[in-house]
Amino acid sequence: MLNDDVNQKLTLEIIPKIASSHRFQWEEVQDCHVILYPEGMVKLGDSSAEILKLCDGGNDVSAIIKTLQQQYPDADLDNDIKKFLEVAHENGWIQYK
Amino acid sequence: MKMDGSNTNKVNPPLWLLAELTYACPLQCPYCSNPVEMANFKKELSTEDWIRVMREARKMGSTQLGFSGGEPLTRPDLEELIAEARQLGYYTNLITSGVGMDEKRVKAFKQAGLDHIQVSFQASSADLNNFIAGTDAFEHKLEMARAVKKHGYPMVLCFVLHRQNEPYVREILDLAVSLDADYVELATTQYYGWAFHNKDYLIPTREQLTNAETVAKEFQEKLKGKMKIFYVIPDYFEDRPKKCMDGWGAIFLTITPDGLALPCHAARQLPGLELPNVQDHSIDWIWNDSPDFNKFRGLDWMKEPCRTCPEKEKDLGGCRCQAFMLTGDATNADPVCSKSPHHQSLVDTVEDIGRIAGTPELEERPVLFRNMQNSKTIIKASELERA
Repeated sequence: MLNDDVNQKLTLEIIPKIASSHRFQWEEVQDCHVILYPEGMVKLGDSSAEILKLCDGGNDVSAIIKTLQQQYPDADLDNDIKKFLEVAHENGWIQYK
Repeated sequence: MKMDGSNTNKVNPPLWLLAELTYACPLQCPYCSNPVEMANFKKELSTEDWIRVMREARKMGSTQLGFSGGEPLTRPDLEELIAEARQLGYYTNLITSGVGMDEKRVKAFKQAGLDHIQVSFQASSADLNNFIAGTDAFEHKLEMARAVKKHGYPMVLCFVLHRQNEPYVREILDLAVSLDADYVELATTQYYGWAFHNKDYLIPTREQLTNAETVAKEFQEKLKGKMKIFYVIPDYFEDRPKKCMDGWGAIFLTITPDGLALPCHAARQLPGLELPNVQDHSIDWIWNDSPDFNKFRGLDWMKEPCRTCPEKEKDLGGCRCQAFMLTGDATNADPVCSKSPHHQSLVDTVEDIGRIAGTPELEERPVLFRNMQNSKTIIKASELERA
């Protein structure tokens, strides 16, 4: 099954990771990051890509928020990041480790 | 954006590269989209040719690469091609019957960097599966599907639907669940190549489709987030055509086993194409500048009723191959469209089949299985016809 943990709620301790069936990479010709999966591709905006770069299995949600908040101190990112991760999880792009 | 394909106007990159490595296949499915004249095209591109094609297309922005056929497993250099493709940054898809694979090879592909294996099934039961495939492959397919899962690939199962297996969509989806599939493609038979010859055997009835759709929706609901199920109503039963290949020369590039570059895997049959070969031309020239890839790009090629149709940008006039096969002219509107003067004859075909489905008059008509022997017979017959 695609997503065994489909009903799992996002918490600050969860370590999100790009799903093993998906690939996250920079595409020169598209001039953006993309998510690749069986027979499909999604182009990503800059902020989505910044979050997914940190979904490498080494950061929990609170660490991701902290890192990005340091990079962009003027923005209030907390909710945006959580919301994006929930959508990414729903789409099967990331799994909760 | 203008899409006329000249150098001054940017054409979108060929995102999807379909590498049809071979026409050889141990299966004999009567719905195969390969050309019925395949026995004439036995010469295959070399490993070096394929590597060059993959490099050039990747440089132009291709991201998805499908290894297909025929049965791609018959190529002994498949592992090498996968490794090269992965190193180039492709998401690599192997589209296979599973016949010719064993667990050792599944593992070797993984090591080479293969991202995904799509295993096709012909039906949910051994009897029907093996009859349609023309070989006793069902048990092996089950075994290979499990091996795919075991080795950490996303599991995509593909079932091509038609009148013979359409009544068993529930059993098919139950099978997919029991195999723990991630994606299930309930593909519609496309009436090109062998399938066109076997239309009488394959076209489903309207009742079958309604039932299949209900069942597919039920499973989509039930398995939301766990298993993605793709199901579309076959276009013969619609009154607007599909935007075939997302547009001619828009995202899709097929290379045939003998090196022809095509905007879709059925286009080989269209008259008036020059059929450029990758052994003679660069992918860049083929995609951007060749007459073939510009022939039906954009809207300028259209005739009525498409030319003045308000929906022309939505469906781009449908499928060029279907227009040619059903009307004799590839620049006509796809007869799936109710605005096409040829639409009624398609409706009649579908209704005729619906009326006599299940009776010996229809069900006992001969089926033309896809194999080299039948291909040679067809070639000979058409030569005699021409002489």
